[in-house]
Amino acid sequence: MDTGGPGQGAQDSGMLPGLARRAAVGLAVVLGVITLTFFLLRLAPGDPVERLLGPAADPAQVAAQRTALGLDRPLPAQYAAWLGRFARGDWGTSIATGRPVRTMIGEAWPATVLLVGTSLVLSYGVGILIGAWQASLRRRSVDTAVSVATVTLFAMPGYWLGLMLVMLFTYRLHALPAFGAAGLDADFLTGWDRVADRLRHLALPLLTLTLVGLAGAARYVRGAMLDVRGEPYVLTARAKGIGARRVLLAHVLRNALIPVVTLLGLSLPALFSGAVFIEAIFAWPGVGRVLVDGVQGRDYPVVMAATAVSAVLVVIGNLLADVLVAWVDPRVRHGDAQASGAPS
Amino acid sequence: MSGLRRDPRALAGALLLGAAVAVAVLAPIVAPGDPAAQHDVVATRFVPPLARDPLGAFHLLGTDRFGRDVWTRLAHGGRISLGVGALATAISVTLGLAVGAVAGLWRGRTAALLMGVTDFALALPRVVLLLLLAALWQPSAALTVLVLGLTGWMTVARLVHGEARALVVRPFVEGAVALGATRGRVLRRHVLPNVLTPVIVAAALGFGNAILLEAGLSFLGLGVQPPTASWGNMIASGRDTLVNAPWVAVAPGVALVLVVVACTLLGDAVRDALQPERSE
Repeated sequence: MDTGGPGQGAQDSGMLPGLARRAAVGLAVVLGVITLTFFLLRLAPGDPVERLLGPAADPAQVAAQRTALGLDRPLPAQYAAWLGRFARGDWGTSIATGRPVRTMIGEAWPATVLLVGTSLVLSYGVGILIGAWQASLRRRSVDTAVSVATVTLFAMPGYWLGLMLVMLFTYRLHALPAFGAAGLDADFLTGWDRVADRLRHLALPLLTLTLVGLAGAARYVRGAMLDVRGEPYVLTARAKGIGARRVLLAHVLRNALIPVVTLLGLSLPALFSGAVFIEAIFAWPGVGRVLVDGVQGRDYPVVMAATAVSAVLVVIGNLLADVLVAWVDPRVRHGDAQASGAPS
Repeated sequence: MSGLRRDPRALAGALLLGAAVAVAVLAPIVAPGDPAAQHDVVATRFVPPLARDPLGAFHLLGTDRFGRDVWTRLAHGGRISLGVGALATAISVTLGLAVGAVAGLWRGRTAALLMGVTDFALALPRVVLLLLLAALWQPSAALTVLVLGLTGWMTVARLVHGEARALVVRPFVEGAVALGATRGRVLRRHVLPNVLTPVIVAAALGFGNAILLEAGLSFLGLGVQPPTASWGNMIASGRDTLVNAPWVAVAPGVALVLVVVACTLLGDAVRDALQPERSE
């Protein structure tokens, strides 16, 4: 088995064309998502102009506002115009707040990336440890107990788990804040106090998202390791007299990680979806919250941009997962895609 | 498959799911009364579990802020939540079977297009799409079923497609085709029996997922609308009373977790029964 590290990748030729192809597919997905969103929004009942002006507006006002927003033009023309502006970075202004959408999204996406990214690293880091530990256990009772715990956590709706954690840590223990990304007095804090305030606000949303995520990762890693344990190369490694610990780490875990990394990429849409609920519960000022607010207020430009940004974040995450797969699986790195152990 | 009967996970999953379905189906018997019934709101609201309200009525799981019995609402809400999940799963399994079978047996351009659509749909953030659809049209239980069904078929499609592609090149299927078997017959006699079990596993997991998503949509006010009880909107209504009446949000959440755990356990047990080398 090739256990070479990432340093061997210098002379790669097989991976880059594959990545370029995947990037093109990713771009197509983003384009598809925003096209779908655009037409769904326009097909749906409900008029943003009426919402904006209220029921008291007279027809002339409504017509003037429609022209001002470009809503009186034919759909394909609206779509082409919107796509052109979107590509140039002009995302329009929010119908509800009158603020530039780009500013709103610009303020929101770092919060989502911070929450989702940290949660992803923690979920998979801790999840892989737990799963690997479970697979190495000789006592079935402990393994079963941990499995019951992970199945239960994995089954929990994030928003409900979030409420339960709020009940415990905010209402009973008065230990952690339950709303927002910073305290009311955040602007007056400096240095470490400010960092501590941000971390305290991050704690509950992050814990909620991570608990559900790590349960999923642990379940999958445990299963993948049990699958790999029976492979001939593991037997060979044992027969060569390699210690149990080294067999577990270098042969079983290493190979079990390949499907896990693929899962990591596939789980991104789900993680992002989970974040939408978590952001709603904890009033976390991210893209998910902007999206929910936009959807509830029929704020077309905001919904379009938030959806597009969600799709872009998911596609970038998937590409990163592809790079990671290539890193852990030398067969993919050297362009031998046929031999890839990852499920398609 | 004989190992399935002795698998404790299968037993636990079947018992839990069976109990939940029984309570939902028998709701008018096990939880008599109107789930929306309100009496003297001030006197009967926030009665803790296992207590009697001042009017003398016993409340197994307490009452909510309108004095409505939480157990009655849970049982009747279960009909909605489980029903929405079951119908949505039926739609996605049917759709997945159709797409997977057509793409697997017909090959060529149609197949490429169908599987392209499948991969595209898999890459979408499902909740973003659900939010959009649910918010753009008037939220209702029927719309929730449709939206969940239309966004959950991809796993089944890929399973069936993979199996069909692998089977059509096997000698016994080639032989059947040479003897004049139609694609429909190949599908019925060879593909469907082979994919049945993995599809059941996918359906069990999809059912759990659909119930979670229905609850999520209803929680955000974009799914089943009050006063009709669903587990999701029950959690949402309990959110404001977490401090003085936590049972209102805890009870539907626990019900939800138990049903999803049951689906996962059943799915795991069936999958392991299929792959004996991995059974533990």
